[in-house]
Amino acid sequence: MAQDTVARAVRDAPVSGESLLKARGIEKHFGPVQALTSVDLDLPAGQITALCGDNGAGKSVLTKCVAGIYQIDHGQFFWEGQPVQIHGPRDASRLGIETVYQDLALADNLDIVQNMFLGRENVRNGFLNEDDMERAASKTLANLRVTTVRSIRQPVASLSGGQRQSVAVAKAVMWNSKLVMLDEPTAALGVVQTNMVLELVRRLRDRGLAVMVISHNLNDVFQVADRIAVLYLGRMVAQDRASAFDRQSVVEYMTTGTSSRGQRVDGEAGTHGAG
Amino acid sequence: MARAEAPESAPDPTAAAEAAELELPPEIVAQSLGQWFRGWMVRIRSGDSGVLPVILGLVIITLVFEAVSPHNLFLSAGNLVNLFQQSAVIMVLAMAEIFALLLGEIDLSVGYVGAVGGVIAVQLVQPRTTNWPWWAAIIAALLVCAVIGGWQGTLITRLRLPSLIVTLAGLLVFNGLMLILLLLGPFSGYPNLAGLSSNLQVLYKLMWGAIDPIVSWIGMVVVVGLVGFLLWSGDSRRRRSGLVAPPVSLTLMKIALIAIVSVVVVGICNINRANTGVVEGVPWVIPIVLFVFGAWMLLLQRTQFGRYVYAIGGNPEAARRAGIKLAAIRTWCFVLCSLTAGIGGILYASYLGGMSNNVNGGQLVLYAVAAAVIGGTSLFGGRGKVLHGLLGGLVIGGIYNGLYLLSFDVQWTFIVTGFVLLVAATIDSLSRRSATSGSAARV
Repeated sequence: MAQDTVARAVRDAPVSGESLLKARGIEKHFGPVQALTSVDLDLPAGQITALCGDNGAGKSVLTKCVAGIYQIDHGQFFWEGQPVQIHGPRDASRLGIETVYQDLALADNLDIVQNMFLGRENVRNGFLNEDDMERAASKTLANLRVTTVRSIRQPVASLSGGQRQSVAVAKAVMWNSKLVMLDEPTAALGVVQTNMVLELVRRLRDRGLAVMVISHNLNDVFQVADRIAVLYLGRMVAQDRASAFDRQSVVEYMTTGTSSRGQRVDGEAGTHGAG
Repeated sequence: MARAEAPESAPDPTAAAEAAELELPPEIVAQSLGQWFRGWMVRIRSGDSGVLPVILGLVIITLVFEAVSPHNLFLSAGNLVNLFQQSAVIMVLAMAEIFALLLGEIDLSVGYVGAVGGVIAVQLVQPRTTNWPWWAAIIAALLVCAVIGGWQGTLITRLRLPSLIVTLAGLLVFNGLMLILLLLGPFSGYPNLAGLSSNLQVLYKLMWGAIDPIVSWIGMVVVVGLVGFLLWSGDSRRRRSGLVAPPVSLTLMKIALIAIVSVVVVGICNINRANTGVVEGVPWVIPIVLFVFGAWMLLLQRTQFGRYVYAIGGNPEAARRAGIKLAAIRTWCFVLCSLTAGIGGILYASYLGGMSNNVNGGQLVLYAVAAAVIGGTSLFGGRGKVLHGLLGGLVIGGIYNGLYLLSFDVQWTFIVTGFVLLVAATIDSLSRRSATSGSAARV
């Protein structure tokens, strides 16, 4: 089973030949509640992986395990092929893993530059080096082509939802991160803003980052995802290239853990109903 | 409020531009003084008025009291210096309170913590008892205050007790401690700063001593020159490297404003304000208050610590995820709050020429909170500046002083100050509501 997944991941990864992050047999329980059961996950560089699942399927728990917020009980992470331990958020960011949570974690009263550098300020002689921080922030925003903000010195409170999401993403990628995980990035956005954020997600992939998007919204998933992974009650029931799924099969995996229309998928994937 | 993001709700590009203009501080987008002024007007109309209300309040207070005070005493040199001396304690206590308010917390104990600091300083310099040198007494007093702040801050952050309760307890405890400290020594509860001992005189002169007029002018030129140079070189460096910077004319206007205010203040202080004999020069309390102001402004606006204080006040969860040690920063804020209160208390002891059980720390703390809020600091955390403490303190001092000149009794001071506080809190609440409803509409 695990070998099967590894082999497929190797085949799927286009450039590096190896997933940036591999998770094998991840288990997590909270007291008697088993939140994750033997979960395998592959996040190749230069690809967008959509993590789907119903409420309570374990999407957030899995994300938080990768981000170092939760400690896993069993299993192993491999980073660029090497086994690694992720004991805390600092470990994760040292590896180059950044997470954009649904609430974005921006301080409304601070401006864009201040938010992007929060906790990692550039300090010279005991005082904040605002000039260098502003230059670095505007370079990152320009690279991501986030050009709709009028000034990077405006407080975040004055930004639209899509702009806030963009700032949160830019904050995540400015630290040489290699893997960016986005939790429901479009949940609170209108059509125009959703497209703006999805375009930004594609740009991250085009820069060679591994991207994981957690989403309920199958429209978004099929618009951007290169790969799709579906969790059902804490188990990874399907994981393959996006072209191997259709909307109906993803819904079935999310709601029942198996797919009746999965014959075509079955031939390639073989992971649905695993465990 | 037309704050929604342009593409969704405002297909008309001019409406979109206007909506965007509403949201931006004018100093950020303006390329010229005209643009800056227009942006400023738009922002005021949208409810975000900055220090404008408190400046307006000061102007109104000045005009009204000057018009109705007997013999136009209000704007006489003697009264203006007196007004500043009366306001100084409230200003310093308000600057102390701002450290708690920025976190979204409150410190009700600043009045009596300050009083404890004042009593310690006054007691320690008494020639008949300990006879400490003045500087050692001041350091000891401030240290005790800082330890008190650390104690209260630890209770609030580690045991997660509400700051309102911890500092309310502190108000009572330190009122008691002040009374105990007053009774020490052979002064029957009234240790004072009268006497010929030069050591005592130093403390007395913090408030009542004055700097020689010539030295005042030289000092003013040096300080204004330095501040002006730093402002100018900073802004022009940012303009040269294409960073966000105010237009040249605005930088020049700021420097000119600072220079004018300084010249007026020093000029007034250098007028002989005695009825008989000569009393002139800038009272020491002015550079002391300005020093506290400058130090805390640098700390809050230009250091990592200050940035974290604002971040915690704005969004504690974001600060926590950014790896900021919330408990440590919060505790330090309470330490700095109590330390600054100690400075205020020592100035108060100097103003009174000693300490007694008449010190009303409960009223002082209410004035301090009121001054900070009147100046424009939010009670909800994350918004406020040290400058607000200065301006709000002047408003309260002005009301107190003006009503006194008109021989109104103290009850009227309370009532008028109370209403001014209500107006200030209303402004804070309204601008906050428009800000949140704006962002809710934008999500």
